Amino acid sequence: MKKLNKNSLDGFINYGIVIVAFAVIQTAVGMGKMSNILQSLLVPACCYIVMAVSLNLTVGILGELSLGHAGFMSLGAFAGITASVLLQSAIPVGPLRLAVSMLVGAAFGALGGVIVGVPVLRLQGDYLAIVTLAFGQIIQNIIMVLYVGVDENGFHMAAGSEQFHLSAGGTAIIKGPMGAVGVTKLASFTAGFVLILITLLVVQNLVNSRSGRAIMALRDNRIAAESVGINVTKYKLMAFVTSAALAGAAGALWGLNYSSTVASKFNFNTSILVLVFVVLGGLGSIRGSIIAAALLYVLPDLLRQFGDISDYRMLIYAIILILVMLATNNDRLKDLVGRVIPKRKGAASNG
Amino acid sequence: MAERKQFEKGRMVPVPSVSIIPERDVGKTPILECSHLGIDFGGLTAVNEFNITVGRTEIAGLIGPNGAGKTTVFNLLTKVYQPTRGTILLDGLDTHGKTPAQINRMGIARTFQNIRLFNNLSVEDNVKIGLHNQEKYSMLSGIFRLPKYWRQEKAAHERALELLSIFDMQDLASHQAGSLPYGAQRRLEIVRALATNPSLLLLDEPAAGMNPSETAELMENIVKIRDTFQIAVMLIEHDMSLVMGICEGICVLNFGQIIAKGTAEEIQSNPTVIEAYLGKQQ
Amino acid sequence: MSFLNNVITGVSLGSIYAIIALGYTMVYGIAKMLNFAHGDVIMVGAYMCFFAVGSFSLPPAAGVLLAVAVCTVLGIAIERLAYKPLRSAPSLAVLITAIGVSYLLQNSAQLLWGADTKTFRPLVEGSLVLVPGQLSISYVAVLSIVCCVVVMITLTLFTGQTKLGKAMRACSEDKAAAQLMGIDVNATISMTFAIGSALAAIAGVLMCSAYPVLSPTTGSMPGIRAFTAAVFGGIGSVPGALLGGILLGVIETFAKAYISTDLSDAVVFAVLIVVLLVKPAGLMGKYVPEKV
Repeated sequence: MKKLNKNSLDGFINYGIVIVAFAVIQTAVGMGKMSNILQSLLVPACCYIVMAVSLNLTVGILGELSLGHAGFMSLGAFAGITASVLLQSAIPVGPLRLAVSMLVGAAFGALGGVIVGVPVLRLQGDYLAIVTLAFGQIIQNIIMVLYVGVDENGFHMAAGSEQFHLSAGGTAIIKGPMGAVGVTKLASFTAGFVLILITLLVVQNLVNSRSGRAIMALRDNRIAAESVGINVTKYKLMAFVTSAALAGAAGALWGLNYSSTVASKFNFNTSILVLVFVVLGGLGSIRGSIIAAALLYVLPDLLRQFGDISDYRMLIYAIILILVMLATNNDRLKDLVGRVIPKRKGAASNG
Repeated sequence: MAERKQFEKGRMVPVPSVSIIPERDVGKTPILECSHLGIDFGGLTAVNEFNITVGRTEIAGLIGPNGAGKTTVFNLLTKVYQPTRGTILLDGLDTHGKTPAQINRMGIARTFQNIRLFNNLSVEDNVKIGLHNQEKYSMLSGIFRLPKYWRQEKAAHERALELLSIFDMQDLASHQAGSLPYGAQRRLEIVRALATNPSLLLLDEPAAGMNPSETAELMENIVKIRDTFQIAVMLIEHDMSLVMGICEGICVLNFGQIIAKGTAEEIQSNPTVIEAYLGKQQ
Repeated sequence: MSFLNNVITGVSLGSIYAIIALGYTMVYGIAKMLNFAHGDVIMVGAYMCFFAVGSFSLPPAAGVLLAVAVCTVLGIAIERLAYKPLRSAPSLAVLITAIGVSYLLQNSAQLLWGADTKTFRPLVEGSLVLVPGQLSISYVAVLSIVCCVVVMITLTLFTGQTKLGKAMRACSEDKAAAQLMGIDVNATISMTFAIGSALAAIAGVLMCSAYPVLSPTTGSMPGIRAFTAAVFGGIGSVPGALLGGILLGVIETFAKAYISTDLSDAVVFAVLIVVLLVKPAGLMGKYVPEKV
């Protein structure tokens, strides 16, 4: 059982890192050692960590490039916000309503995953990336014209403001280009922490099971995987939908962390940002995704505080991105870097 | 290995498809029956009128010059390509319209000429992926680590090591498959195929790149696999010592057509075969 | 008549998409990479022309020439510095690098030229009236369509008839074999980037003439659309880029006119998905299954 233990150990280290980080941050907040700006970054950072780990399931573990991960986040965010408004009276307890809203967000993310996943199965390589990109754009576009509200006559939904009529006592939940406004903030750092743990549980345990092996087999060699009886459709869809569901849950958490959310927040650039986290963290490395997402999300915002370089922060970010890709992928540079930093032996492919 | 009785070629018996199968398999449904099998790529007929019958425990050889269509036949049998014509009966069941994955579940496992392992995964995981359809727990049992997961994972682990021990590879279990030496990769591919519990094993040039002593060992192992698992083996091979040494029935392919079928002795003395390999004598 | 007007608008918009899509398709064909920075080269081209004409009062033609020259150099520089060292790296690494280059160009433009939106003065103004009061074509639209046709014919002749064009096709088929035949692969790839970037400059000027707003992010959306157009037609195929570009322009214009202005993006991308489902390699692309 050596192999099993090694993988489990890797997984436990990841849980450990997350738990220790949570404890340290909570203590710092309790002692008043954390600035408000930094505190306001905690929940979104959790969302991005979940996004990165879940995207890693598609890109690193299934091996299919997705350029529309933010689309699932968007679905989850607006479904979650809607659910939380609709359930306001049914579930008065905030954390419970948040949990249910996140489940609804996950369900909508999963639904989106199925809708994209089915056509995606017929395509390979870059074409798949383009379909996910297109899907992200479609979702963003549709939510921009979507009006959702509730009044005493029940639930209302319309495409465009003309057909959208609420009675005087009604609440508009999503107002087209303005997005969701007047949202009751339910999200908390603790909720984000729990969501990260759940994400780790789902992704790590999936990877180390029969289904996860089938998914990685498809990544490594599809034809060989078919030859040993693995159902390509089923396992591609499984990875894709799981990833989308987790992104949906992260979206719901995000949506319930701000009083207003617009669809354009979840655009192509957000998808790309998460992809950058995954690639810089290392394809297939869960720990890498967590660390890269946390650092790279918080760093640019920290740079904002230093007036002089704040204008250059995105420029610096771009240059660092290019240099890191060159340093880690160019053979000559890799040698050079390898001599300076001793390479970790046998880096785990699915840590 | 020493106690294994020297492999004897059984007497061969003619069957209706003008094939011959070992006497011991007579009276049982043949594992594989192909009739009028063929495929065209555009205007090119790659394989045509491929008729063959393989017995339940036969070791069959498929030989022929380069480009004769041997691998294409394997691809037709495993439905990597859908045949243009003809039928394939596996254990009496028509395989028409099946996908490669379904074919594997019906009982054909194969290896590839250009090795196709799951290179980033461990040797053990490669074999466990072969065991995929024998493990039955669901995705949720896996995620929540239900008792079913632990029980079946333990069984799979033991079974994987047992299968690896056929080639004395159990010590390599935790190595990354892509980092194995060439010969070990070829052997691992066979183990992975065996893990799927096939009734017909297709080996595409199993001895390619092996030295004579490795080839000799491989020959013994193929026979051992056949004896232990009681399955049929069909192999494509250019190493004639291997083919003539262990294959009971041999089928020679040239330009997509079968030009001869028979036992090793018959094939060796067949003038058409000699002509196909060496050219016409002036 | 409004239908014909929409067709004209669609085709002229599509012509611009086609010119950009050509850059994507040629680079993809030869370097097998999605050059996400291509859209930002368009933006740089438009800024060059803007400053040449606006600040230095050069004639529009000189502005276009300057834009083409700067973008050509920029394209070669990007390829040499960022992509060439990654020639043997996994495609995802190259993709991320391209995204990095895209960020770099956008943010440099923002620092150099400000984040505010500038109003671009069209190269040519006025329009050609076909049926008074009902049907007219703006000169910019005429210019776009003419440019697209000229570019397409030139490129087809270039790739089909000239030695360099054949070298380009050889490299996109098999770089190693091309090298063995004595083709300088690096020079050929540089040339492809140069041509693609020059086309991007032309497209940038045309686009900003048709839709006269200019900001550091001007290039990204047309870039994504043109990329879609390239995929639509079958990425790697030159006539495919033309077909995909024109179709995309027409679909977008029709969606705006007859379905909903707000949903035009959704319609365009939905059509793309449907096309890919029916033809997994695009309209004119060839689907090559993996050899077993």
